[in-house]
Amino acid sequence: MELIRHNLPALIVVTPLVIGLLTSIIGRRGLGWWMAMGTTAAGLAMSVQLLVDVLAQGDRTVEYLMGNWPVPFGIGYSVDPLNATVLLIVSLLGAVITLYARKSVASEVPAGKLNFFYALWLFCITGLLGITITGDAFNLYVLLEISSLSTYTLVAMGKDRNRRALTAAVNYVVLGSIGACFYLVGVAYLYMATGSLNIADIAERLQPIYASWGTEAPIYQKTVITGFAFMAVGLSLKLALFPLHGWLPNAYTYAPSSVSALLASTATKVGAYAFIRVIFTLMGVGFAFGRLHTDVALMVCSGAAILVGSWLAIRQTNVKKLLAYSSIAQIGYIALGFALANKDGITASVIHLFNHALTKGGMFLALGIVMYRVGGTRLSDLRGLGRKLPITMGAFTAGGLGLIGVPLTSGFISKWYLVSACLEQGRYELAAIVLVGSVLALVYVWRVVETIYFGKREDEVNVREAPASMLVPTLILVGASIYFGVDSSFTTHIAGEAADFLLKVKP
Amino acid sequence: MITPEQSAMLALGVPVIGFVLVAMSGRVPNLRETFTLLTALVTFACVAGLYPAVMRGEEVRFALLEVMPGVPLSFRVEPLGMVYALVATLLWIPNSLYSIGYMRANHEKNQTRFYACYPLAIASAVGIAFADNIFTMFVFYETLTLSTFPLVTHKGTTDAMRSGRVYLGILLTTSVCFQLFAVLWIYVLSMGDAPAVESINFTVGGVFRDGLASNRIDPGIVGLLFFLYIYGIGKAALMPVHRWLPAAMVAPTPVSAFLHAVAVVKAGVFCVIKVTVYVFGVGTMQLYGLGNWLLYMAGATIIVASLIAAFQDNLKKRLAYSTISQLSYVVMATALLTPLSIMAATFHIVAHAFGKITLFFAAGSVYTAAHKTQVSQLDGIGRRMPATMAAFTIGALSMIGVPPAVGFISKWYLIRGVMERGELPGTHLDEIFVLVVIAASTLLNASYFLPIIYRAFFKPLSDEDQKHPHGEAPMPIVYALCFTAGLTLLFFFWNKPATDLAEMVRRAVS
Repeated sequence: MELIRHNLPALIVVTPLVIGLLTSIIGRRGLGWWMAMGTTAAGLAMSVQLLVDVLAQGDRTVEYLMGNWPVPFGIGYSVDPLNATVLLIVSLLGAVITLYARKSVASEVPAGKLNFFYALWLFCITGLLGITITGDAFNLYVLLEISSLSTYTLVAMGKDRNRRALTAAVNYVVLGSIGACFYLVGVAYLYMATGSLNIADIAERLQPIYASWGTEAPIYQKTVITGFAFMAVGLSLKLALFPLHGWLPNAYTYAPSSVSALLASTATKVGAYAFIRVIFTLMGVGFAFGRLHTDVALMVCSGAAILVGSWLAIRQTNVKKLLAYSSIAQIGYIALGFALANKDGITASVIHLFNHALTKGGMFLALGIVMYRVGGTRLSDLRGLGRKLPITMGAFTAGGLGLIGVPLTSGFISKWYLVSACLEQGRYELAAIVLVGSVLALVYVWRVVETIYFGKREDEVNVREAPASMLVPTLILVGASIYFGVDSSFTTHIAGEAADFLLKVKP
Repeated sequence: MITPEQSAMLALGVPVIGFVLVAMSGRVPNLRETFTLLTALVTFACVAGLYPAVMRGEEVRFALLEVMPGVPLSFRVEPLGMVYALVATLLWIPNSLYSIGYMRANHEKNQTRFYACYPLAIASAVGIAFADNIFTMFVFYETLTLSTFPLVTHKGTTDAMRSGRVYLGILLTTSVCFQLFAVLWIYVLSMGDAPAVESINFTVGGVFRDGLASNRIDPGIVGLLFFLYIYGIGKAALMPVHRWLPAAMVAPTPVSAFLHAVAVVKAGVFCVIKVTVYVFGVGTMQLYGLGNWLLYMAGATIIVASLIAAFQDNLKKRLAYSTISQLSYVVMATALLTPLSIMAATFHIVAHAFGKITLFFAAGSVYTAAHKTQVSQLDGIGRRMPATMAAFTIGALSMIGVPPAVGFISKWYLIRGVMERGELPGTHLDEIFVLVVIAASTLLNASYFLPIIYRAFFKPLSDEDQKHPHGEAPMPIVYALCFTAGLTLLFFFWNKPATDLAEMVRRAVS
């Protein structure tokens, strides 16, 4: 037991990787799902344990050395309140959505490919968990590619329903690869300047470099700035921050339902995490925001993301795509939070990572049920479903209220902290944008809600409520998203810890 | 015996239990309606049970849960909230009775949804009434909007949906963009070591006093916050954010009568009084000359809404514009910023509620018995529906503000408030404006209510109507409207509870 506990940081990544490999070989018929389910459940248990361990530490960090090689020679994993939270998000959502996936995936993916599907599923989760936990900038790139490559394929597996999944996947491959390459180039520049790949080590070695810039003989000034610029753009692509969001709507729309839910609730969250890590831990706020004013660029982009994303969401007729554009707006909230770089802002970011994962995940699962029962997710498919699928549609509506940020839903908590952060910095215009964003969210959510409850169906299809294996995960996510809006002590506590941790390491 | 705290908690909790019971008993209409009536009675009993404690000046406060660190859902029972809570829960009883008659006689669909939304709205109303901080008030303000939306769109027609969008759109946009902005701004100002704002709790005398005195906050900002708050409370229907109220008339009449003449709109003006007295502080606003614009805006709303009302042929629309005008009486009285005018504002919450619910009840009664919706169709109807039209007359007299209806009393206090302000030094343009508005609006009210009464009682029935005989509406409807008309008369002669509470508010202000 002690051995497992000591090696938790490694096990949390290695387990899904190894089982994923096994799944592709032996996971035929029903077995693949069982293997994925077991692994993600174990992952959830491990990440809970890890979060507890981290919060118990005085300095709030757990370090782990791969193969006991000391950093910067070996790969070091480092867990602090921020990535412990993100680990929890990924593994929680991973487990719940896997629970849901069995029937949904079986109806959307050919039976002969199920073993590959679940293998890729596990690889994707491996990558996401790895990006989150690693303390090594290059290792982060490797894991980014593991998650991205498996995601491209998972998206393309929606082709049997709609062949546009293939073009969506290709589009995603191209942009995703550009993003990953940019990140890699950035790492290379930093390696050039510092000769190190370990995040904490680079941060330390950057200090003398920064110090030299004010003097007669600045060293590596252009190298470091270029490196950061490449990383920032690459990660913005991964995060789908406006205007680099082009890959996201179609990928979310045409992927199999479970994949959309997993992507929407975890992939962009991990992208946001990596961006936060690069700005706050690797480069330092003093450099990224103080010297380069990246915060201004981020505020502009995220403000535009909120307005444009919501506006485009209003115009969609496919509800899955509507949710995808809504995600672009919600990513704007997350980016805006950390761009403000004060305690409430980072708290808002981290809370919203968590809340939005639950809310949007739950809504995509509800839509997956519509796909499973009705066979489409266009607005016209949802007409009058309020009577046919009362529980599913109730969950969807509750999630929608969370997106709007109605009081006593988790979305309200995020917005409360975010607007407070804007006002503390005196950015009244950003506060106004956030609030206007809520009103736009009301418009796009209400279009769907009206259709669900007041739309008239011509074809009286006889649809029944979803099977329990799909309903329960949906209700877990939506229920949690409501719960954390009524009692936010858990989310505000861990997000506050993460914010304190990040602001303390400010150089 | 239960303590006042428990009684207040029950006032919040009983409607929620009622909601569950009503929702579960949808298959047995008689049981469902019994639950509705029982919930209404018990809720009122819980609120009324607090009256002695409030009169004794006891501190009744409790917190439900801490939503965010330092931001709890907390409640405190004070006289002003007590007035609103009493009116809302008292009038729910006749309204439940009325709903039974109306919904059954008109064969409305989805009655379970209809009855289930009411208790949620009442719970929200009680939450607003007893809120102890601006966050709690905002939360219940929003739940009130959401829980009444299904009632507005009850019919599910295209028209109902369009009106529902206007309703939700205006109420949520104003509350999120303005009220929430103000709430968060005040919250942010209340943090730190030397905060500019004392707290987010409602405080006698306002929360800005010290901050303004020590120059930690600019009076201009306080004025801006006041503006955000006034227009963030769209439920007060101050022009130009009044459009949702006529739109809401698409709902079944019990909804218009109770929610859009009492619970929802009174929540709006109640919030206006509450934030003026307990957040901004009457003294502070007077000292720094804030909010004088509101006097003129409210005055303009009174006149313009009355003018529009005079040209409406649809009876419910006419009543809706009359409500807009009457709500601005409360706002105008508040903006006068004297203890007596605040008392007048508080009292008018009661006076207008009794009169207007009677008028709507009568309009719904006419619709149920005679299927008429337009004023021009009402010739001679008073002979066939004497009780309904007598009640209507009493309600109309109350709106005009003449004895023996309770509307006269609030006008009396209002004019005394103007006089009180007149004793302050300075030019008296404001006071003259208010007196002109009161006079003009009284005339306008008379001009659009008296013709209805004249038509009903003195004009002969048309030939077409002769062929379609009908009598009074079903008994539950007649009982309900006689009850509220009786209250309108009674409170002219005996209004001790309302005056006592309003008097306590006055003392808190001065």
